[in-house]
Amino acid sequence: MPGTTDNSEEPALIALHGITKAFPGVIANNDISLELFAGQVHCLLGENGAGKSTLISILAGLQMPDSGTIEVLGKPVVIGSPRIAMRLGIGVVHQHSTLVPTLSVIENLMLGESGLRLREKQAKDRLEELSELLGTKINPHSAARDLGLGQQQQVEIAKAMWTGTQLLILDEPTSMLTPSAIDNLAESLERVKARGIGIVFITHKLREAYRMGDCVTVLRGGRNVAFLSRDNLRDLSEEDVKSSILRAMFGEDLSAVGNADQAAELAGASEARRETRARVVDGAVRLQFAGVSSGGRSMDTPVKDVSFELRSGEILGIAGIDGHGQVPLAELAAGQRSVSSGTITLEAEDITRMGVRARQAAGVRYVTDDRLHEGTVPNLSVALNLMLKRIGQAPFWRFGQINNKAIDNHAQGLIDKYSIRTPSSHTRVGTLSGGNIQKVLLARELEGGARVVVVNKPTAGLDLKTVRLVHEMLQDFVDTGGSVLLISTEMDELVELSHRIAILSRGRLVGMVENDGADVAERVGVFMTGGSSDGEE
Amino acid sequence: MAKSDQGRLRSVSYLLIRSVLPILMALVVAGILLVIIGKDPIGFYIGVFQNGIMGDNWQHSLVMMTPLLLIAIGLIVAFRGQLWNLGYDGQFLLAGVVVAGLAPQLIEATSPGVAYLLLTIAAVVVGAAWTYIPAHLKARFGTNEIITTLVMSIIGVGLTNILIHYFFQDPSVRTPRTSSIPMDVMLPYIPGTHVHVGFIIAIIAAIVFQFILKRTSFGLRLDVFGASPKSARHVGIKSGRMIILLFAISGGLIGLAASMDIFGQWGYMRTNWNPAYGDEIVPFVFLARLSPLGAIPFIAFYSVFATGGMIASQEAGFSSQFLKVIVALILIFMAITEYIGTKRDLGQSYLPDELKETIKRPFANFASRGGKP
Repeated sequence: MPGTTDNSEEPALIALHGITKAFPGVIANNDISLELFAGQVHCLLGENGAGKSTLISILAGLQMPDSGTIEVLGKPVVIGSPRIAMRLGIGVVHQHSTLVPTLSVIENLMLGESGLRLREKQAKDRLEELSELLGTKINPHSAARDLGLGQQQQVEIAKAMWTGTQLLILDEPTSMLTPSAIDNLAESLERVKARGIGIVFITHKLREAYRMGDCVTVLRGGRNVAFLSRDNLRDLSEEDVKSSILRAMFGEDLSAVGNADQAAELAGASEARRETRARVVDGAVRLQFAGVSSGGRSMDTPVKDVSFELRSGEILGIAGIDGHGQVPLAELAAGQRSVSSGTITLEAEDITRMGVRARQAAGVRYVTDDRLHEGTVPNLSVALNLMLKRIGQAPFWRFGQINNKAIDNHAQGLIDKYSIRTPSSHTRVGTLSGGNIQKVLLARELEGGARVVVVNKPTAGLDLKTVRLVHEMLQDFVDTGGSVLLISTEMDELVELSHRIAILSRGRLVGMVENDGADVAERVGVFMTGGSSDGEE
Repeated sequence: MAKSDQGRLRSVSYLLIRSVLPILMALVVAGILLVIIGKDPIGFYIGVFQNGIMGDNWQHSLVMMTPLLLIAIGLIVAFRGQLWNLGYDGQFLLAGVVVAGLAPQLIEATSPGVAYLLLTIAAVVVGAAWTYIPAHLKARFGTNEIITTLVMSIIGVGLTNILIHYFFQDPSVRTPRTSSIPMDVMLPYIPGTHVHVGFIIAIIAAIVFQFILKRTSFGLRLDVFGASPKSARHVGIKSGRMIILLFAISGGLIGLAASMDIFGQWGYMRTNWNPAYGDEIVPFVFLARLSPLGAIPFIAFYSVFATGGMIASQEAGFSSQFLKVIVALILIFMAITEYIGTKRDLGQSYLPDELKETIKRPFANFASRGGKP
């Protein structure tokens, strides 16, 4: 019976009974029952779209279930708003940062207070208490944006636990962290657990679930498909646990995915394999940056004096710690940011002064990392989003008038080709899952005469099946003569795909490594740490 | 197919309920208020209907509707781009004073037709020009346009009075006002009515802008820009140009409204005259979901209510300011309907949790006390 209890006598901290939540076209949660206990880490495992996020928003009071009941310590409750959730002792650390970057740590923590005056002294004491509990040191007066990602997350956890939390929910907490930061997090969670606080740990990586979880629930297609209790985890061998979880995660899809090894790799069960065959590209130079610096007013790190050549058939990786000029570099290539000095050439044609639309037509494309608010307009349909960069062009507009039929046909073609899962081409793009939104972006940018595609963090936050799909798309694109500028913070991804890897640090390219097989990642790492002094490593 | 039709029907009727409900509720509550002050609400509403529609009164309502509808379209264009042009009074009056101040001489010097055309173009240009400073500041520095348009509006209203005093004063009268356009050369009536042709122009403008917003590439670019300036930049829309253009269209339509209103209805302007049309219609623009054609019934409703209500309230013996109370009530109920609608969309409960808890607490106390023997 999935979801039924351990042997324990005490009532569950929080029990969910038959939670169902449907959205137009999809049942996100289908009759899910769970019991969460104090002092345990309960892992929720499942691919993107399995219903993890919806379940969390229900617990956090952001959404109400269509049916089903929730009990706290045996008493039925209705969690109608985030405030109620907080009062019940449910704290959530969301996947994306909710800190205000310009405010200090202590100000961020006091944001939720409702009194007339801010009680800073008390707040500092509380932070000290929590820092001790988490086993970390946080300067209360540093601005949130100056902290490394690992530390930012510790602040988020402190924020979630601010008002005497009984249950701490962490939504994919490891997706942005370096391995050492993940170790720190695991340590912190041990300490929190020892205090008798219940933890829900959401992930799509089997390895993490196995390592951190006291019990594991697997969701698939909105259903609760497997539950491994503490005893199960203790009694079964690691192999058995993994295979039973994999079967639950992929179900009949297991055969579609390939063999069990591939599934294990998809689920992040084994260490990612680094494919490092030597690659030589001798295509013509397609995109060239010569001493390019970014201009204009902006808050982020500007790009200074960047030079590189990107050949046809080549994937050039750009490695670096997040926020070191990745976005400006991508925007320079796409024409969204002005050049203050230097020249950009596309196949010997100077495009330095060319605007976004002209570059788009010339085949320079940009897949932004901000999929939802930059790359798409969430309230417009999938069909319109698929031609967003060709507004006003034939055949979508004829005699100045929109031709919905042409737009729909165009969309239907791309939906089939890129297997975008959407109820219809009229569905608002904002209702799709992250992976499908990314497919919409890729379909738009890779089609219709693309020659150079700049991709920024193309797989961030995607489930592993989609990650592999995206990698295949990029690979296919260069195999047919395209060029890709791959900006990523995932070392595995850079090593797996790139022919060469350039390292970006503080807005400058500080090194270039041929991906020729021998300890590439280590060599890139040396440039990264040598070229920068911040970050948490 | 039938299923999607059904879904569309449901969403349309849902939209209709959300748009009409606030008005109905405002009328009910206003009726209750009337009862409280000892007036007869039914009689008042019948009076509104009689004076706003019955007999030839519907014609007055249509005349009133002309500037309101044009201003509404002007606001819709700006609001769709998330630009809050609240300087409509200044734009309207400045455009109006140019028409009222120059029309009598120009009509005499040329012909009415030439004067209509030239001065309408002038009014459009003046209305548009008065938005340029807020638009430029917004485009260049991101200055909040709510503040700048309001400030420019106040300046515009003052400037209008100065222009009347020092340049356009009618020499034949003592009161500060412009000369009148002779009755016989004002905008012609639609044959068989006493409604001037400006009404047709307003309806045409609504149709044209409905087409522009829904069917042209400009309309889609405008929607992208309104949804997210970041997306707009991403797809190559120049936001600075967009801001200035949208403001110019918005101000231009308000200038057109002024020209039609002066040529068609008033014929002159005096100092300190400010019909403040914009203030009354802002709620209706949102109830119409920023659709030009959708705005027509709402503006028509308000026009009937304003023309009929003015006389009906005098007949019933209370201030016509009561109409403003009704507009305010509509705003309040609109906010409530939107709040509940949003909650419903999120699948949340309709009532705020705090309210529910407060209501439940006495019962819970009672139950726990009752449970004990």
